[in-house]
Amino acid sequence: MNQEQVIQLLSPEGERVTNPEYTCSLNGEEIFSLYRDMTIIRRICTESTSLQRQGQLALWAPIRGQEAAQIGAGRALAPNDFSFPSYREHGIAWCRGIPPENMLRLFRAVSNGGWDPNKYHHSVPAIVLGNQVLNAVGYAMGIQRDGAEEAAVAFFGDGASSQGDVLESFVWAASFNAPVVFFCQNNQWGISTPSSVQMKVPLYKRAAGFGFPGIRVDGNDVLAVYEVTKHALENARAGGGPTLIEAFTYRMGAHTTSDDPTRYRIDAEVEIWNHRDPIERIKALLVRAYGVKNSQFEDVTTEADEIAMKLRRDVLAMDRPDPITMFDHAYADEHPLIEEGRRELIELGIGGLNR
Amino acid sequence: MTTSTMTMAKALNEGLRRAMEKNKKVLLMGEDIGKLGGVFRITDGLQKDFGEDRVIDAPLGESGIVGTAVGLAIRGYRTVCEIQFDGFVYPAFDQIVSQVAKLHKRSDGAYTMGLVIRLPFQGGIGAIEHHSESPEAYFAQTAGLRVVSCSTPNDAYWMIQQSIEHDDPIIFCEPKSRYWEKGEVNTDVPPRGLFEAAVLREGTDVTVIAYGGTVKTCRRAADTAALEGTSIEVIDARSVAPLDFETMKVSVEKTGRLVVVQEAPHSASIGSEIISELTQRCFYSMQAPGIVVSGYHVPYPPTRIEEDYRPTVERILDGVDRVIGFGK
Repeated sequence: MNQEQVIQLLSPEGERVTNPEYTCSLNGEEIFSLYRDMTIIRRICTESTSLQRQGQLALWAPIRGQEAAQIGAGRALAPNDFSFPSYREHGIAWCRGIPPENMLRLFRAVSNGGWDPNKYHHSVPAIVLGNQVLNAVGYAMGIQRDGAEEAAVAFFGDGASSQGDVLESFVWAASFNAPVVFFCQNNQWGISTPSSVQMKVPLYKRAAGFGFPGIRVDGNDVLAVYEVTKHALENARAGGGPTLIEAFTYRMGAHTTSDDPTRYRIDAEVEIWNHRDPIERIKALLVRAYGVKNSQFEDVTTEADEIAMKLRRDVLAMDRPDPITMFDHAYADEHPLIEEGRRELIELGIGGLNR
Repeated sequence: MTTSTMTMAKALNEGLRRAMEKNKKVLLMGEDIGKLGGVFRITDGLQKDFGEDRVIDAPLGESGIVGTAVGLAIRGYRTVCEIQFDGFVYPAFDQIVSQVAKLHKRSDGAYTMGLVIRLPFQGGIGAIEHHSESPEAYFAQTAGLRVVSCSTPNDAYWMIQQSIEHDDPIIFCEPKSRYWEKGEVNTDVPPRGLFEAAVLREGTDVTVIAYGGTVKTCRRAADTAALEGTSIEVIDARSVAPLDFETMKVSVEKTGRLVVVQEAPHSASIGSEIISELTQRCFYSMQAPGIVVSGYHVPYPPTRIEEDYRPTVERILDGVDRVIGFGK
């Protein structure tokens, strides 16, 4: 990591780092609010893992370790920017105002989506790796045609970076100078596949070959992620074209609750990244530079616990959907096979009982 | 009534033009569709008239074409994607099946995936490999998609416009061997709904159902059969997914015999679907099991021998003889 150019504004010890291109534009209160968001999303994540372990969720994809990358990027978005997530972007969803219980509808297996993407300007999760990146570029081409000062953001990971769709996205965005930011969280692992198998040249350097800037940012430094993303978005909105941001971070937990990372990676590696914890470092800065008191941190912990408890209640209250709903929105217009299926479920007494 | 004679290629061109005039959100995207007008010239002159922002010459990547059209749909645009040839659609298969077909559902109806994927399909032009395929069943199998095919210039003119106006994603299969055949186009009134089959020739002995390029072959077969005293009813399915079984059922109940004609191989195909469903719906009216006259279960052959692969008038008439002679 050290041989590469990495944008950093905060050291792992929580000390300010100066950078010739980027400076922190946030005041103490705003930095504290980043800490709050990161703490809450981590708490949502641990609660969700517990819910899965207790058999209340089909699956969960933890984000522990990636809170700075997601909150930094999510908070840099303007309300009218449109973000296209993969399946692990809970921190982005939180920043977009999506209620946590909606994030869990997918993992509770009661929905294939979970929220109204147009309401939150945040698309529904894309599970097939890389698909959403092309969708983001197309959306950006729509922004151009509307003459709007907005940007699209595509979120994906180091694993997805090997997908043809991501590389085609780079070509399209460059050719059309689309107002899109490619935000890759390089968390070093695609399930058990290390990023060294995905790339022989650091990912951010790929952008140069496509003809737009690529930046590697310390993904565990929320201040740097925020500034780098904000700058890339402003550039895109102003007609400056795409940017690839590689947030260099680490997946502290398993790929999902179905995964067992002890089979393929060593504890010593995890331990190294433990010392780079994104929340501890911003906390250290807040104590040292802004005199934030312990009680203020405790208030956030209490708030996060309350959110987690509400989330638990909401998830447990999510009932199995009426089977008849499987036919809703399969098509926009009427379709004979949909009518046929609906009729059959009703006749069998399986669905439509509460309608 | 305003009618004029034009080729199917021109009718598609005029249909696209009219759709673009009516709705500024309609875009075209594909490979070589601008200055060149597409390899089949379907978009000839449209970039000149509507500009590069609406008639987009895409980089050469089919997944890119469809994947960005998805994003444009989310933004409120209606993109007509041109896939250059049937055999080149597979790089886009993932986007079509995983996103195009499912995003309306996944977003609980918030997204409208109103986009059209134009696919020149079937053979008969003496091309090299990958230029003559019939992949319609792959898409017909996928919930969330609709698949249609035109067989005449008039249908081409209207069905492309109806497809663009429709809120569901549509795979629009164009029989490339018929692009240059002329027909009457009535530019005032559409002939029928997009998903309705058409009885093109009435008959009493056998129902023959086809779509796309094989429709005309079936009409020729019906002409020949009539000389021999056999009365064939020819139906153009038009919509491959969903299929208009109501129209087909009325015909099969009358004739009692059914032959489906397609270029795609028979196994797990549109033809087998039609036979299966109509056998259930018309069982007591049928005098013989329905059969499919189709391409063989082989990769599309080198085109020097493609006429021995594609259903010909002779093979269709042989199929007709088999259902008439059943049990005799």
